[in-house]
Amino acid sequence: MNLGYLASQLFQTLLAVLLAPLVLGWVNQCRAWLQNRSGPGLVQPYRVIAKLFRKDAVVAHNASWLFRFTPYAVFGCMVLAVSIVPLLATDLPFSPAADVIALVGLLALARVWMALAAMDVGTAFGSLGARREMFVASLAEPALLMVFFTPALISQSTALTTIVETLAHRELTLYPSLAFAAVAFVMLLLAENARIPVDNPATHLELTMIHEALILEYSARHLALLEWAHALKLMTYAGIGIALFLPWGIAAAGQWGAMPLAVVVLLAKLLVGGAALAVLETISAKMRIFRVPEFLGMAFLLAVLGMLTRLLLGSAG
Amino acid sequence: MTLPVTHQLINLMACLLLLIAFAMVSQRRILRLIYLFALQGLVLSVNTAVVAFATHQPHLYFSAALTLGLKVVALPWLLHRLIDRLNIRWDVETLINIPTTMLVGILLVIVAFNLALPISQLAGTITRSSLGMAMASVLLSFLMMITRRKAVPQVIGFLAMENGLFFAATSATYGMPMVVELGIALDVLVGAFIFGIFFFQIRETFDSLDIHHLEKLKEKT
Repeated sequence: MNLGYLASQLFQTLLAVLLAPLVLGWVNQCRAWLQNRSGPGLVQPYRVIAKLFRKDAVVAHNASWLFRFTPYAVFGCMVLAVSIVPLLATDLPFSPAADVIALVGLLALARVWMALAAMDVGTAFGSLGARREMFVASLAEPALLMVFFTPALISQSTALTTIVETLAHRELTLYPSLAFAAVAFVMLLLAENARIPVDNPATHLELTMIHEALILEYSARHLALLEWAHALKLMTYAGIGIALFLPWGIAAAGQWGAMPLAVVVLLAKLLVGGAALAVLETISAKMRIFRVPEFLGMAFLLAVLGMLTRLLLGSAG
Repeated sequence: MTLPVTHQLINLMACLLLLIAFAMVSQRRILRLIYLFALQGLVLSVNTAVVAFATHQPHLYFSAALTLGLKVVALPWLLHRLIDRLNIRWDVETLINIPTTMLVGILLVIVAFNLALPISQLAGTITRSSLGMAMASVLLSFLMMITRRKAVPQVIGFLAMENGLFFAATSATYGMPMVVELGIALDVLVGAFIFGIFFFQIRETFDSLDIHHLEKLKEKT
């Protein structure tokens, strides 16, 4: 029985890690289609990562061990984060160890590493990117926690697996309060994954960039790991979104027969979600950096509103 | 304890109404404000139809159709034409900055929820729990009217407030008598027409739609 749990965990983590660049590729492809371009193809992120792994790494003279170690730490954090999120099944041995609050902590840990490494070399772009990243994160993180509290109130638990069990495997109920949380979550997903209204993922040399400024000094395998970690972060957020707001189809504990169906359902959800993300990015324009607090403040307030609604409507909310 | 599906739908619509009211408070562009207003009308209309289905009150279907025609098609179209002719598509100036407005909005929502709680416990209708939401969206629209400087967003705020009131009426008492509803619908339509005429008058007199100019009573000598 224990081995079965471990196998399910391993399978899910492996699938998520291997699938993550494909999700990023799909979003980029959809964006290209929407902009009347033919696009680089679905497997482009894999090609980039493979190319980067083959190259020789160049590191600045004054870089410390922190700079070299960061890609591994960030990648590790992201793999752990994606293992906590129930993508396919709810019987995950990792899940009792870490609830959503620990998950937010993990994401914050990865962010701190990245920011420190960007400041380590001492270039202007690095520290600028690090400051901006921290600025966005300091606003996004409390909002993310508030988003988690609404489903946590509904299911009386902060563990993601319990939330999925409550929402997906009991009698179907519409929770209006989750509508607020979902809108807030989408706004946070855009901000945290360096998507368009907050940051432009397609730029490499621009004064307004945030994420790209952080990893500007990296090359070869370090860069490959960071790019992969970036894709994994998007995957983690997609997983959280699916687990909180569209949990139907995730296999219940001990149901091995439901696993193949769960894989198909997950792929379908990612397909639709990625296309929706591309549409959202295409119809919105990048905002000024000083509008970001307003954007994230709105997300925070919507999350609070979700909790209030839950309290007002009681069991119906 | 789980509620019937229609009841859950009504609650969901109430939440959507509140969500749109919040989006309107935080919106800077007039054009999007009008789209949001149309969306709010659509939610209202669907909600009225659901209430009609749940409570077997056929006259509410008529009211839903009226809402659909008036608030989703006619009024947005009218407003759209108006801003096209006035050539004001872009920014909306606010008196207080938007984050502060939204903080005030959250406070209003808390006040409304607290006010509605004892009332809805007394009520026996199946839609009673959405009364707080309706009240909150009325207050939010009111807030929008207060904090906007230009005339067009204020009018949209007024119309959104009417949406909230209509929702409150549906959720508290299963809708008003037909005569009252027709009268209100006509009033809103006529009101929008008169506002339209006012806009042109204000702009002709002051060369701007900023209602601050209306505070001065005397003409310059």
